[in-house]
Amino acid sequence: MTALARLPEPPLGQTVLVVPGMHCAGCMAKVERGLVAVPGVAVARVNLTARQVAVQHDPALAPPVLIEALAAIGFPAQPRGPELAPPPSAARPLLAPLGVAAFAAMNVMLLSVSIWSGATGATRELFHWLSALIGVPAILYAGRVFYVSAWGALRRGRTNMDVPIAIGVTLATVLSLYETATGGADAWFDGTLMLLLFLLAGRALDAAMRDRARAGVDALLRQAAPGALVLGKDGSIAWVAAVDLVPGMTMRVAAGERLAADGEILSGHSRFDQSLLTGESAPVAAGPGAVVHAGTLNLEAPVDVRIAAAGQGTTLAEIARLMDAAGQARSRYVRIADRASRLYAPAVHTLAALSFAGWMLHGAGLHQSLVIAIAVLIITCPCALGLAVPVAQVVACGALLRQGVMVKDGSALERLDTVNHALFDKTGTLTLGRPVPDPAALAGFDAAAAGIALALASHSRHPLSRALVEALAARGVTPAALEQVAEEPGRGVTARCDGLAVALRRPETAGGMATVLAIAGQPARLIGFADRLRPDVPAALDQLGRLGIAAGIVSGDNAAAVLDVAGQVGLTAAAAASPADKQAAIQRLQAEGRRVLMVGDGLNDGPALAAADASMAPGTASDVGRQAADFVFLGDSFAAVPRTVRAARRTMAVVRQNFALAIGYNVLAVPLAMAGLVTPLIAAAAMSLSSLLVIANSLRLARAAR
Amino acid sequence: MTGLALLIPLALMMGLIGLVAFFWALRNGQFEDCDGAAARILIEDDQPSVPPVQP
Repeated sequence: MTALARLPEPPLGQTVLVVPGMHCAGCMAKVERGLVAVPGVAVARVNLTARQVAVQHDPALAPPVLIEALAAIGFPAQPRGPELAPPPSAARPLLAPLGVAAFAAMNVMLLSVSIWSGATGATRELFHWLSALIGVPAILYAGRVFYVSAWGALRRGRTNMDVPIAIGVTLATVLSLYETATGGADAWFDGTLMLLLFLLAGRALDAAMRDRARAGVDALLRQAAPGALVLGKDGSIAWVAAVDLVPGMTMRVAAGERLAADGEILSGHSRFDQSLLTGESAPVAAGPGAVVHAGTLNLEAPVDVRIAAAGQGTTLAEIARLMDAAGQARSRYVRIADRASRLYAPAVHTLAALSFAGWMLHGAGLHQSLVIAIAVLIITCPCALGLAVPVAQVVACGALLRQGVMVKDGSALERLDTVNHALFDKTGTLTLGRPVPDPAALAGFDAAAAGIALALASHSRHPLSRALVEALAARGVTPAALEQVAEEPGRGVTARCDGLAVALRRPETAGGMATVLAIAGQPARLIGFADRLRPDVPAALDQLGRLGIAAGIVSGDNAAAVLDVAGQVGLTAAAAASPADKQAAIQRLQAEGRRVLMVGDGLNDGPALAAADASMAPGTASDVGRQAADFVFLGDSFAAVPRTVRAARRTMAVVRQNFALAIGYNVLAVPLAMAGLVTPLIAAAAMSLSSLLVIANSLRLARAAR
Repeated sequence: MTGLALLIPLALMMGLIGLVAFFWALRNGQFEDCDGAAARILIEDDQPSVPPVQP
């Protein structure tokens, strides 16, 4: 028995962690080595494209241990929940047909060149048969993408760009086979394969760009609370994933953690940041008996919460249902390429039918008339037209990505192009949505005090401490050496520095957000915190105005806070708006014939983001906000908004030029085809030339996002 | 024609080998993480992840 001779290997558990901070080889090496150094970890493998690391480990090892290990080397990480698993790649299924089309097109073209150079008789027939041998299986395999899509559209009584492609490809293949079998002069396998190659290349590029943006968005999912520490009846504490939480459990939520479920506080007092849920900027204090919601951030002290609703029953799920209903309006949008093909397909088929009828009446035989009609179909096959939209959008998406704007879908650029009204959320969108220490207070610190403040703050995970660390580190402060550091949750951090007692604690008089730096023998220093406007907001709004876009604020925050920001940026504002109110405001504008851009970050903006004609969210937005938005911009600067609008307008200008080029080519080529003058050589040359022109024109967009 | 009888199958065979290699790479997940593959070459393998134990 071999099973006895060998020790059974313990089955390994696998955890996939999302690590948004990785961006280079150094990060990859650090993350992989850092994880393998954790006892119990067997293998860690980074996927840089998806910003994820797959860890194979002892099943007893819990994900928080791995997250701690990564945090210790400076990489914040989150486990990837099964519901957040990336959607299946759109580009992958296109790669194999693309490879086959490329292989077949190149080999058939090689044989075709010999025929065009004057091969006749048996040699030409042999070459035609060889072309058919390579071409027919390749066309069937690579053309499947178009057949499936065309059939899907026809079955629903609609038409799309794939219908004329599928008809043209099929007819050309059948005609070529007939010509080959009867020893005719011309076969069109090369042109047909080249057409498939160009079209598949356009599609694969489009899909690859969408995959890339999705992977980026997936990597940013930081806000979701994927689980909670649950207290057992015997006082034990265990990590439970969000999907396994049930009402009645008691979860312990540490300061700085987001709640994974709705519930009621059993013990502990803290303040909660509800900005993602309601847009309310000021933290809300809550004690035993108070109701708290999933998605809110516990700011100050650990609390025990008895779960009242989890999963589908939470406030979060309610907002998700509102969004589903709102998104249906957008799904009715018809992409420009499909609108073009609605006109294009009937026109092409009418022309082919006319040529056939004309030559028959003129006295040409059935065979010659059919050859000419099919030549018209092949020459008008929308090669350049099929590339006109995706190549321009892919190049523009790449340009935007380099500027930190992720585009979820090419059609978003088309919708953004027509926008003439913009609505902004306040908290987290116009403002940074996080507390920033008062720069005036920090400027008043001497180097020693700043060093002590930085060292103290770095020992706490409290949001104010982390904001302080970020601000002081940005000023180039070096931390002081501390001894006997102790953190008392909800009170602050105490330590000794050069024998002096030092502390960073909450102020005695709790008014607004603030922290106090106390150094023995010196007066206490108060550091105020406030949410501040994003950089470049006034300049960005000014640029939007010059682009002809009216703007307004619609916020869930209270009137005083909204009026303050509205006054600073000079916009009209609606305050205390519920998620449904925001959606209604957009629908009112749409009913007036306005095209609306919604920029928002919170869960409460989700329905509005889904209802608007186009939507943007900052990278710091809630996971719902990022999923609902068409564009996600990274970084703090608000200048990304007008930049994206400008890029969208440039892209659509190029798309329209591409259409003009593709149609201009048809205007020249169709009369030739109808006159019966087109040979496979002319068709191949004309098709490549028009495709190259369209690609070259689209490449001008590489700098569209400047 | 005798040259063709040899050269054409040879050319097709070489193309096919390329195609098969492409399919193998696709199935084997070689295109899963193109950015990572580009960066991985810069990682030094000979640097031990755990410091060697002193004898």
